Amino acid sequence: MSDNQISINNLSKIYDNGFEALKNINLEIKKGEIFAMLGPNGAGKTTLISIICGIVKPSVGKVSIDNFDIINDYRETRSKIGLVPQELTLETFETVFNNVSYSRGLYGKKPDPSHIKKILTQLSLWDKKDLRLQQLSGGMKRRVLIAKALSHEPSILFLDEPTAGVDVELRKDMWKIVEDLRKSGVTIILTTHYIEEAEAIADRVGVINQGEIVVVDQTKELLKRMGHKKLTVELQEKLSEIPNSLTKYNLEIGRDKMSINYTYNVQDKQTGITNLLQDLKDEGLKLKDLKTEQNTLEKIFVSLVKENNEI
Amino acid sequence: MRFNYYAFKSIYLHEMDRFKRTLLQSLFSPVLSTSLYFIVFGSVIGGYVEKIDGISYGSYIVPGLLMLTLLTQSISNTSFGIFFPKFNGTIYEILAAPISTFEIILAFVGAGATKTLIVGIVIFITSTFFVEVKVMYPLLMVFILVLVAFTFALFGFLVGLMSSNFEQMSIIPTLVITPMVFLGGSLYSLDMLPEFWQMVTYFNPVVYLINGLRFAFYGVSDFNVWVSIISMLGFLIACVVVVSVLLKKGYNIKS
Repeated sequence: MSDNQISINNLSKIYDNGFEALKNINLEIKKGEIFAMLGPNGAGKTTLISIICGIVKPSVGKVSIDNFDIINDYRETRSKIGLVPQELTLETFETVFNNVSYSRGLYGKKPDPSHIKKILTQLSLWDKKDLRLQQLSGGMKRRVLIAKALSHEPSILFLDEPTAGVDVELRKDMWKIVEDLRKSGVTIILTTHYIEEAEAIADRVGVINQGEIVVVDQTKELLKRMGHKKLTVELQEKLSEIPNSLTKYNLEIGRDKMSINYTYNVQDKQTGITNLLQDLKDEGLKLKDLKTEQNTLEKIFVSLVKENNEI
Repeated sequence: MRFNYYAFKSIYLHEMDRFKRTLLQSLFSPVLSTSLYFIVFGSVIGGYVEKIDGISYGSYIVPGLLMLTLLTQSISNTSFGIFFPKFNGTIYEILAAPISTFEIILAFVGAGATKTLIVGIVIFITSTFFVEVKVMYPLLMVFILVLVAFTFALFGFLVGLMSSNFEQMSIIPTLVITPMVFLGGSLYSLDMLPEFWQMVTYFNPVVYLINGLRFAFYGVSDFNVWVSIISMLGFLIACVVVVSVLLKKGYNIKS
């Protein structure tokens, strides 16, 4: 039997206004893994999640969870899923405890105050259980959304941009929560546009851009391909051409001829930076400043698309 | 197919909680405004008006005013119930849950009708402090009250589902239902109108509802009570069909 828990086949979504949000998506997600969907805003990440969860209707294609179809067997598939939406959408006049208990009921589960207490305690919300949502900070509201999504003990958890707009401390807390959930056997699919987030917690990464899956790979493998950075060395004097001793570095001269650019991969054991700086010194070039620049997601997508087309 | 009882219960109790949280608006406000009608039309002006069909004016208007409350409250309760999650975005949770269309409708409409019946009972009791009220057919009265509460709660669900803003939501209760009730014989008998306006009134569906309830109270009506009951059942079926189709298609809530 396959260890895939979610199977997406030839899935497309065209909205009523003609916008094609998803184009022929094919994707398998394994049981118990943390899968990160990486892509810029408007790439189609939320649409994909919304279709799997039943909030948006697919135009074409099929999605199944544990071999249950999301349309015909919606009760089975939806009861397995917990969803943490991107927006802080909550009933602001309700208390934390009632809010979370309400969600459990919606998923057809018998009331279980001890389970709600356990979740709220795990998420550091127990002392706030009687507060109304309007009295909580943004970070706490996000925790409540997670508590609601976990209230019915789902085996799959979708986190849509879980750390968008949250501070560093909360972001690390979130990563810890995700890791703990994985240990308890929950399959986690999260969307993000932070490469660092995918790197920190995901087993596999799927890159989605303009409604298409550009690439799916193990996080480490993908980071190798995506980890190019640019080192710009600013010089004190103009340089008209690259000296012979430096040609092995594939350097580019800047437009103003007052700088040289070196591209390297941060994932490599030896980036070559130390040798380059030594060789620059040996050539007698005087340095003014150094700066490094990560490739933007957009640039990475373009290069990945190019790379895929070439294969 | 199994019934998702806990989901139904959750939505139902969630809606009833909202009723409890807003008692001033949801219970005291309609009771106060209807009491004012009883004081002004029943006790004060009613003393100068002749009996209608052998019933004092104050007593005669009780079914009409009760119907006015039932219709406006059931529509606004349920329309707000489904519109509010759409407005604040929490509808995602209901759409993503393993709940059928039928269960969603039943929970929202059940809660809306329950709230309306509570308000109706309180108003009925309140009316006895101002005017003399007798109920000739209590079971028929309960049947009509429950039928009207559910039917118009369902209609309110439709209004909430189709509305895209608060203004659209308030149009039906204030600009359609209230005039229909006032022009539908709630405060007078159709016999008191000139013949032409009587004919016009026959096209107002609310007339049949008010007369049905008045028959249950005093045994008098401008129409046969079955006309009232059948017209209500017809409207109920129409609402069930339209709401089911729209909700299944995800009209205005699902892309």
